[in-house]
Amino acid sequence: MAARIQIPREARRGEVIEIRILIQHPMETGYRHDDVGHLIRRNVINVLSCRYNGVEVFRADLSSGISANPYVQFYTVAEASGDLEFSWIDDEGEQGSERQAIVVKG
Amino acid sequence: MKRRDFLAGAAGALAFPGAALAQVDPLDPLVRALTNGAQVRKGKVTLVLPQLADNGNSVPIRITVDSPMTPADHVKSIHLYSERNPVPNMANFYLGPRAGKAEINSRVRLAGSQRVTAVAKLSDGSFWYDAAPIVVTLSACLDES
Amino acid sequence: MRRLALAAVALAAGVVLAQERAIPPGELKSGSAFLGSDLRALQNDDFANPGMLWVERGEKLWSEPVGKKTLACASCHKDQSMRRIATSYPKIDKASGNLVNLEGRINLCRTGRMGAEPLRYESEELLALTAYVARQSLGAPIAARIDGAARAHFEAGRAAYHQRRGQMNLSCAHCHDAQWGKRLLSETISQGHPNAYPAYRMEWQTMGSLERRLRACLSGIRAEMLPYGSQEYLDLELFLAWRAQGLPIETPGVRR
Repeated sequence: MAARIQIPREARRGEVIEIRILIQHPMETGYRHDDVGHLIRRNVINVLSCRYNGVEVFRADLSSGISANPYVQFYTVAEASGDLEFSWIDDEGEQGSERQAIVVKG
Repeated sequence: MKRRDFLAGAAGALAFPGAALAQVDPLDPLVRALTNGAQVRKGKVTLVLPQLADNGNSVPIRITVDSPMTPADHVKSIHLYSERNPVPNMANFYLGPRAGKAEINSRVRLAGSQRVTAVAKLSDGSFWYDAAPIVVTLSACLDES
Repeated sequence: MRRLALAAVALAAGVVLAQERAIPPGELKSGSAFLGSDLRALQNDDFANPGMLWVERGEKLWSEPVGKKTLACASCHKDQSMRRIATSYPKIDKASGNLVNLEGRINLCRTGRMGAEPLRYESEELLALTAYVARQSLGAPIAARIDGAARAHFEAGRAAYHQRRGQMNLSCAHCHDAQWGKRLLSETISQGHPNAYPAYRMEWQTMGSLERRLRACLSGIRAEMLPYGSQEYLDLELFLAWRAQGLPIETPGVRR
């Protein structure tokens, strides 16, 4: 699944950094019908998590109440250089992930 | 059927979400599942929504909780509820002291004009909330295309 | 007397030409001017604009080799910036003499030069590539030409724009020339310009082409929708480009 991540490339140790993620996913609600009137089955990203050097620092339970192509912005403390890894899974079991490196100085 | 039983039954039927009388807060069962009956106080949480949604399919939302976010005093989770969407518990966000700042921004679907509620659970076990009304003319989920 | 008559004809023609534009250049407004502030802010957010997911995909596809010749768009266009390319579409394809829009141009390259299958309208790949190419013209003014072989298409497009159709018996002009800026139910009628397409439309909850939008208009007035890629749509796209001449490209737009 395509996704865009925005985090600062560099930060000072202890700085609170902003993280933005945009994932391409229809977040199909399960309330829509197709051209011949059949209900389109619900399929949404139901869990999104962010691990910082392997430790989960953020998690979200999402539902059909989140817009298509979900956008989430949250914060974390820049503790050490390393990786921020984002992973998510939808109702059909499709998994997605993205990783971005961050350099923490000081 | 005795008259008393009939009236009790009728009152129960009217208490369902969406009923015009709305004697019972439709969110109560959901919030109760989270709080286990603990008091939910207004404050600390700020929920920001536009007064009028451009389109119910994508409404920007910001939830901020006033908290030092230290290991001793932080927000554990934020829970978002709709009083009108088909799925009332819209999202849950799990934070912790590593968050640094208790703020979430996202975009949500809203099925019609309503009040949206955000409940925060703090590390000391207390619950706080804020609610905001919004007018939605093009509803998500219901106005199909 | 003859010279006077000629002058009168020229003057009349000049007046007619000046009256051709229902919306003068100085009054042109992009569709984003008719959005609420939240959707306009979303469009202007280079990160969060959902259409950018397709632009990014298009950037990847641009360099992916495809087809029998295992060529990528970048293989031929390697040193060329695609800046301002989108501003001149639809245009006449020199080889075939046909009027071609950006989607058609991409498919002509694929079938004619890359030995690849054409991409369907509204397919993820075609939307991504079209959005990527159009994005390279961000801020550049639309400048489609209507001279030479394009003239006949322009005239056909103009006729189509003014043609009443559908159960509601309305033409494009009835809303977008005569009533733009006024309310229709809960929305404000825009001038109907193509400068932000492909666009992410909230009603679709996904990206869509200009033709998809035109089809939605036709559906809205209960008129019969023609198949994608129909000559009438292409001619109409040319007329719309002329009508929007000077408006900067905004792809990917965010629309209701």
